[in-house]
Amino acid sequence: MMNIPLLLPTEWVHELLMGWMPETAVSIVEMVLIAVVYLAFFAVAGLYLVLLERKVAAWIQLRLGPNRVGFWGIFQTIADALKLVSKELTGTVKADKFLYNLAPYFPIVAALIALSVFPFSKSLQAYDVNIGIFFLTAVSSIGVIGILIGGYGSNNKYALIGAMRSGVQVISYELSVGLSLLTMVLLTGSLQLSEIIETQRTGGWLIVQGHIPALIAFMIYMIAGTAETNRAPFDLVEAESELGAGYHTEYSGMKFAYFFLAEFINMFIIASIATTVFFGGWLSPFGITDGIFWLQPIWFILKVFIIILLMMFFRWTYPRLRIDQVLTLEWKYLLPLNLMNIVLMAIIVWLKFTISW
Amino acid sequence: MPEETIVKDPFKTEEYMINMGPQHPATHGVLRLLLTIDGEIIKKVEPDLGFIHRSIEKMCERDSYQQIVHLTDRMDYLSSHINNEAVCLAVENALELEVPDRVKVIRTIIGELTRIASHTLWWGVIGMDLGALTTYFYGFRDRELINDIFEETCGARLTMNYNIPGGLMFDIHPNFVQRTKDFVKHFKTKLPEYDQLLTGNVIFQKRMKGVGLLTKEDAISFGTSGPVARASGVASDIRKIHPYSALDRVEFNEVLFTEGDSFARYRVRIQEMWESLSIIEQLIDNIPDGDYKVPTKAVIKLPKGEFYQRVETARGELGVYINSDGKKNPYRVKFRSPGFSNLSALNHMAVGSKIGDLVAMMATLDLVVPDIDR
Amino acid sequence: MTNNELQKGIEPWFSDLEFTEEGTQFLTLTVPKENLHELMQKLRNEPDMQFDYLFCETGMDWGTSLGVIYHLRSTLYGHEMVVKVHTTDRENAHIDTVCDIWRTAELHEREIHDLFGIEFTNHPNMKVLILPENWEGYPLRKDYVDEINMIIR
Repeated sequence: MMNIPLLLPTEWVHELLMGWMPETAVSIVEMVLIAVVYLAFFAVAGLYLVLLERKVAAWIQLRLGPNRVGFWGIFQTIADALKLVSKELTGTVKADKFLYNLAPYFPIVAALIALSVFPFSKSLQAYDVNIGIFFLTAVSSIGVIGILIGGYGSNNKYALIGAMRSGVQVISYELSVGLSLLTMVLLTGSLQLSEIIETQRTGGWLIVQGHIPALIAFMIYMIAGTAETNRAPFDLVEAESELGAGYHTEYSGMKFAYFFLAEFINMFIIASIATTVFFGGWLSPFGITDGIFWLQPIWFILKVFIIILLMMFFRWTYPRLRIDQVLTLEWKYLLPLNLMNIVLMAIIVWLKFTISW
Repeated sequence: MPEETIVKDPFKTEEYMINMGPQHPATHGVLRLLLTIDGEIIKKVEPDLGFIHRSIEKMCERDSYQQIVHLTDRMDYLSSHINNEAVCLAVENALELEVPDRVKVIRTIIGELTRIASHTLWWGVIGMDLGALTTYFYGFRDRELINDIFEETCGARLTMNYNIPGGLMFDIHPNFVQRTKDFVKHFKTKLPEYDQLLTGNVIFQKRMKGVGLLTKEDAISFGTSGPVARASGVASDIRKIHPYSALDRVEFNEVLFTEGDSFARYRVRIQEMWESLSIIEQLIDNIPDGDYKVPTKAVIKLPKGEFYQRVETARGELGVYINSDGKKNPYRVKFRSPGFSNLSALNHMAVGSKIGDLVAMMATLDLVVPDIDR
Repeated sequence: MTNNELQKGIEPWFSDLEFTEEGTQFLTLTVPKENLHELMQKLRNEPDMQFDYLFCETGMDWGTSLGVIYHLRSTLYGHEMVVKVHTTDRENAHIDTVCDIWRTAELHEREIHDLFGIEFTNHPNMKVLILPENWEGYPLRKDYVDEINMIIR
């Protein structure tokens, strides 16, 4: 089941454990170890995405951004996280206690599960499931349940409006995310992420292979992905000028931090899917450094980083849509376009009009 | 709900109330709106005021005329200079006091600078209300420059108290002319940037066009003034109808649109900034020499009678009604604030639209709560 | 229309109207409160009057009587005038509403109701607007006393 990473430290750990444990115990321990490593890495990565967002916002807005805690403010979000951890958890008396307390775990757990399937390099992949894309779309839509029950359980009308908006929005845009990825799957013929990368290694990045329909699919994917993560211009869920803080109005401390962190990890996930499916994952452009294995994760992270920056530029330049406009955009424009795009892609694949070398 | 109704009408919806404010990001102050909504659709908006009501009108009744001027700063704090001017003009007209030309010109220049400062802040805030946070900082960047000019000349950035009955508190700072010219030059390059960032944005236009419609008849009936009325095609600019200070010697256009929606109100204000720049440019090189005030008695007593003075603040028509019985303090003062009248149109505009639209409407009405509450 | 023409046009409508231009820049018309609503409707709708813009509505306490001052403008012709109405009943002051003629009056009258204690008959929503629900007295009346919050010189 597990694709044991072939990087040297992991091999060393594997050998060490095999020396004094039965095989089942070893795989369980390794799973726990990998989970801990992922958790630690992405919690910190999430915090630095927050910092990046604040810096990007500052640059766009003629400000300096955080610059007090540590050089260039690099410890600012760590300090923020420590503050949130030590903060008192306040809640409302009239909240539905069970749902209210349960809600924050959904987005964060869903986000972390989704992370497990990404191939950060040829061998650095925790779980190479053969229905990777399907798994991702399924898992990433669990998060909205947390928002829904959080908004409902808070017993706050603003939170409820925010949660309902989120439900409507995520269910709608899930279609576009799924269909635009499906367009690309037509090219690879496989849902497995490692397989998708393999196709691109031999035939060029999918966005080049699929040319026009792939570009359309990428644009739709970026729009829908932004909506999926509830970020501006689709941040109606929070819409601070309309709903105060939206669905997390009543949350404080660590529970709020879970929602907050999940948003940023979700952004990372959306960017990672785009990287894997459209831009060749850990592959370097034209295969220039494919031989050097430790550069693979760096290429992956670099591509993700660029797409995340793109999403941040969206957020800090565009005004927010209205809820009916969000739904109009999806159901009247993106969905029909998407369906036509699939047909177009199918024709191109059928007639072998793809570009590859 | 009884079981029968559920079966009969599975899509039955219920109206509910939410409180927008007194502490709410979109109300820009402590305004409370009671919204009756059905899902996302607004059925009724009922304003509840008074959270920062200081009863300035009552305070005026015990104060001397010089002191009243200072109270008006605290009404519409974004056009404080123009508010001061209104009271000063009312007192000067009542005393039949002719102020020097220099005073008139300086008042007009600072008044127009105040208008630009207010509109830049409004522009920043409208973006923020619609989710484009960046505009806020761009608006403030340019507003700060105006505030710096004010600080140098008046010693204060916001509540300036620069006007006194009979003239100005002191002469302008020697740098004033040069800095104002620099600002005009700078701002002319920045205003197109505003258009690039927000005006042309498709999402922004979709959010503004056709939202919060106010027909010409309604605009008049609701007593709206300023950019709100002008966006509905009502020629209501006091600077044109009853020119005061040096406004009779400058040429400018009254910006009129006929659409009456939020986007028209937005464009009126952007255009007004251009007009204000042109007014400043016409006056800044020709500030006449002379005294910066005429001496008045230490205790001003207005003759018996009623005096009404109107000025055009950044939000619309500010009226000062002074009822004097000949004593050193007025018998009754009434401020006809533009925000209060504009607010009365909100319910009419908002019914049937979405919560997101309400935010856009409030932003384009440009409500300043101390101005409404007084 | 000039003030004289306005006065000539309005005078025949009712018997006991008082016109004055003394101590004010506007033509001022004092009307008995029984005739207020009818007069206002005529001022609004007569083809040569067309006072369609109520730009200021002021509550007044003249000591012996309470009243309201209406500042009117015609956006069509540009002429302006002032209408005053009195009521001597301070305990139970009632004046007809004009908010069916100028809709802006709705908020203005609620404000006057709070601060002067004048009830506007036929007003659709005569609730407290500015003051807290349990406030006693009418702050802008001349006989209002509040020894804690008011500084009197």
